[in-house]
Amino acid sequence: MGAGHAHPLYLDRSGPVHRLAPEVKILATLLFTVVVVATPREELWAFGGYAVLLAVVAGAAGVPMKWLAKRASIELPFVLLAVALPFAGHGERVGWLGMSLSVDGLYGAWNIVAKGTLGVVASLLLAASTTMRDLIVGLDRLRCPAVFTQIATFMLRYLDILADDARRMRIARLSRGYDPRFLWQVRAFAVSVGSLFLRAYERGERVYLAMVSRGYDGRLPRPDAGGATAAQWAQSAVLPVAAAAIAVTAVLR
Amino acid sequence: MDDVQAMHIANGIVDGPVSALFAVLAVLALAFCVWRARADLDDRLAPMAGLVAAFIFAVQMLNFQVLPGVSGHLLGGALAVVLVGPWVGALCVSTVLIVQCLLFADGGLTALGLNITNMALIGTAAGYLLVAALMRFLPKTPGGVGATAFIASVVGVVVASQGFVLEYWLGGTTQLSMTTIAGTMAGVHVLIGLGEGLIAATTVATVARVRPDLVYALRRYRKTVPAVEMADAS
Repeated sequence: MGAGHAHPLYLDRSGPVHRLAPEVKILATLLFTVVVVATPREELWAFGGYAVLLAVVAGAAGVPMKWLAKRASIELPFVLLAVALPFAGHGERVGWLGMSLSVDGLYGAWNIVAKGTLGVVASLLLAASTTMRDLIVGLDRLRCPAVFTQIATFMLRYLDILADDARRMRIARLSRGYDPRFLWQVRAFAVSVGSLFLRAYERGERVYLAMVSRGYDGRLPRPDAGGATAAQWAQSAVLPVAAAAIAVTAVLR
Repeated sequence: MDDVQAMHIANGIVDGPVSALFAVLAVLALAFCVWRARADLDDRLAPMAGLVAAFIFAVQMLNFQVLPGVSGHLLGGALAVVLVGPWVGALCVSTVLIVQCLLFADGGLTALGLNITNMALIGTAAGYLLVAALMRFLPKTPGGVGATAFIASVVGVVVASQGFVLEYWLGGTTQLSMTTIAGTMAGVHVLIGLGEGLIAATTVATVARVRPDLVYALRRYRKTVPAVEMADAS
């Protein structure tokens, strides 16, 4: 991530999903996730339908399944929670392979694994197809309060600089022959966190003064007005609308 | 960053209505934080809070070894509260959470309100109330503010984890014994909080020694010295 414009999850492709305006992608991801979470957990096949939808989007975006599977492992702690549920749950129980499992717990485990995985994969697809800058522009166009988009802009712009600062301090410490590896040697780590804060804060003050001297009055110039076209809104609406159709069919059936 | 595991609530753990309720709560509370943070920082808010948020994010990327094979990283909530105050701190932690959700797929989109409520609001509020109370009678020295940071970290992390217990009680998708969840969450988070507190305390003490004027928790107790006088004295 040396360039500072991409983030670790961004995949540089030129597919149709990457070309969509960021605001339509953010909204589509959000609506899709809401539909998934609102679906009753007993409608097992509906979740299969959602998975197919996401697979189509992943195909269009040129995101390999293996990449998705690897990154989705971020969810692992919750899968462990899910595995515990059938044993810990209350209510009616069924016997399976000599184990007594709670029906409610089994549904609960399915609920967490299915909804969690679909949500993570949807977020991964958004992250893989949207750069940091585009994401901020998208949030801005979705009328996210300017104070948040501004804080996020500064955060993302300076994140790599601070991370490099931290790396340099670590290398300086290593090259002076000190490599703390245990909790009781944590002081060296904490002192560098402290000086990282000082550097960050003082950099913030300098950045602010530089901005004031260039005419900053509390507002950043808005980025180019061009937003998503109607065609792009329609294209991205396919995902949440199809998901909603699956959900409605599942509930009415 | 490949081995990063989710610390944030995923989709489907807590049901829709309760998630929506906490999303509304988070939006209202954050609007209040923006208003109070403006009073602290005025039009310096965006660049300063942005840099502090970048600091919290960068700190979360730094791993330190607890024991061989086991490493952890800071959460930074209590650290932010002691250094920049509750309002800017809550804003910064929320921004970090939103970006982690959208760019790193950590934490569910529908659970964003829950995560912000726990970590950015409940955690910082509990931490700050303690800081405000403890700083009344602890010495206003690097050691004193360090001890405050330690206690605020432990309590802040544990109280934030109980926020999840409350949310699960209101809208959990599976019936579980609430005392088990509360006990497990508290137990795990006491350990996390102790590590967090140790590092936060040393960090805050370092900053207090070098630039005590930057430590929010100390600011109220400082006698304002005119800049000219300071220049003469040095």
